[in-house]
Amino acid sequence: MFSPSHFTAVVLFALFASVVFGITMRETPARMVRYGAYCFVLFVGSAIVLSWAMYFIAR
Amino acid sequence: MAGTQNNAAAAAKSTQQGFVYLPLIAGWLVPGAGHFLVRKWGRGALLGLSILSMFILGIAMQGKVYAHAGDILDMLGLAGDLGNGLLYIVGRALGLGADSVQVTTADYGTRFIVVAGLLNVIAAVDAHNLRTGRKPS
Repeated sequence: MFSPSHFTAVVLFALFASVVFGITMRETPARMVRYGAYCFVLFVGSAIVLSWAMYFIAR
Repeated sequence: MAGTQNNAAAAAKSTQQGFVYLPLIAGWLVPGAGHFLVRKWGRGALLGLSILSMFILGIAMQGKVYAHAGDILDMLGLAGDLGNGLLYIVGRALGLGADSVQVTTADYGTRFIVVAGLLNVIAAVDAHNLRTGRKPS
């Protein structure tokens, strides 16, 4: 059984979803890469920000 | 000017010939196959690899593969899982995944499987758009 940490799961999810978003939402390879990277940063960044927000709310 | 218009019209006509829903159906059944049919080899390979990886990781995390729609959440989960096409059918046939979520990683796995299906639908629609010419390249 594969048991990743929360963060590993987020990174894997963000990676695969960003690849699909980049390829399907843009038309040229350069723009695909840029949009994929943008989505990846937003996925991971928002997860980190929300995690810290929940950490402070719980205290 | 007239020659350019004729070329554009010919290109538009060529994209409409044949069964335009084939990439959509093939892409739904096998992740990336729709893009292979429109000769987008690299994109098809990346899409197939990403969706297949998500599905396999979901199964490896003991994610739940929805088998029936008891309530609204099950119905949504089943709709997402069905997006995996043949992967879902093979997964069900082989009894892959867990019947119920018992650990945290299994909950992640369930989401991975559902999202893999939803991403596969997006990829299949993209292949269809390439085939019809709605998406230029």
